[in-house]
Amino acid sequence: MVLSATDKANVKTFWGKLGGHGGEYGGEALDRMFQAHPTTKTYFPHFDLNPGSAQVKGHGKKVADALTTAVNNLDDVPGALSALSDLHAHKLRVDPVNFKLLSHCLLVTLALHHPADFTPAVHASLDKFLATVATVLTSKYR
Amino acid sequence: MVHLTTEEKAAITGLWAKVNVEETGGEALGRLLVVYPWTQRFFDTFGNLSSPSAIMGNPKVKAHGKKVLTSFEDAIKNMDNLKDTFAKLSELHCDKLHVDPENFRLLGNVMVIVLASHFGKDFTPQVQAAWQKLVSGVATALSHKYH
Repeated sequence: MVLSATDKANVKTFWGKLGGHGGEYGGEALDRMFQAHPTTKTYFPHFDLNPGSAQVKGHGKKVADALTTAVNNLDDVPGALSALSDLHAHKLRVDPVNFKLLSHCLLVTLALHHPADFTPAVHASLDKFLATVATVLTSKYR
Repeated sequence: MVHLTTEEKAAITGLWAKVNVEETGGEALGRLLVVYPWTQRFFDTFGNLSSPSAIMGNPKVKAHGKKVLTSFEDAIKNMDNLKDTFAKLSELHCDKLHVDPENFRLLGNVMVIVLASHFGKDFTPQVQAAWQKLVSGVATALSHKYH
C-alpha cells in the first residue's frame, strides 16, 4: 500500500486544519480506545486511565506530535519515525493488532471534531496514512 | 455472545432514535467502498463506482446501504439474541453471497465513524464503546453460521 500524491495532499491539508488541537485529539483517541477496547489498557498498568487523566492527556500529545512529524515527512515516514520504530520493536512491543484499534479511534475523533472536512476521500487517505504509520512502527518487530 | 449493560443499551437506543436510517446506511456503505476499495468486489452490478463522488451518489449504493442499516434495526430490537436474529442472514452471506466476515467488521467500524461525524460531542467515549460492542456482536452473529 502506497500513499499517492493525492493522499499526501489530503492528509497535509486536513492536518493543517486541526488548529493546534492535535494533542487534545490524541488524548481523546486514547481515552476512546481504552473504553471501547479494554484490552489495550494492559499496556498502561502504570497509568491512571480514568477519563481526564493528566497522564493520558500527556501521552495523547506525544502520539499527536509523532503523527505531525509523519505528516511533515510523508515522503520518508520510515526515516522520520525510525527512533519510534526501534522503541516499539525493542522496548514497548505493543502487539500489532492494537495499532488498528488506536487508528480507528483517531479516525472517530477526527470525524467527530471536523465532520465537514472529513469527506470520504479524506477519510480514505487518513486511514491509509495511519496504516502506513502502524506498518513503520511495527517494521522492526522481527 | 455480546453482553450489553442497561446503560449501554440505553446509549444505543437513545442514539438510534435520532438516526436517519436511509442516509446513514448509504453513507456508511459508500464510505466502505471508498476507503476499502476491495470491498467493491461484491457489487459488480452496481454501475459506476469509479470515484468517491460516483460511489457516494450511486443510487444502488444508497438503496443497499438503507437495506443493510434497516436490518441493523433488528439488532437493536434484539440485543440479547443477536445470533438467532441473524441466523438466516448469516447463512445467506456464507452460502449465497460468499462474503468474508472481515467485511462485517470493516463496515461496523465505518458505521461508528459515520455516527461520530453526525453526532459530534454526543458521541461520547461511553456511547462509542457501547456501539463498538454492538457492531462487534452483529459481525460475530453474521459469521456464526459460516462453514
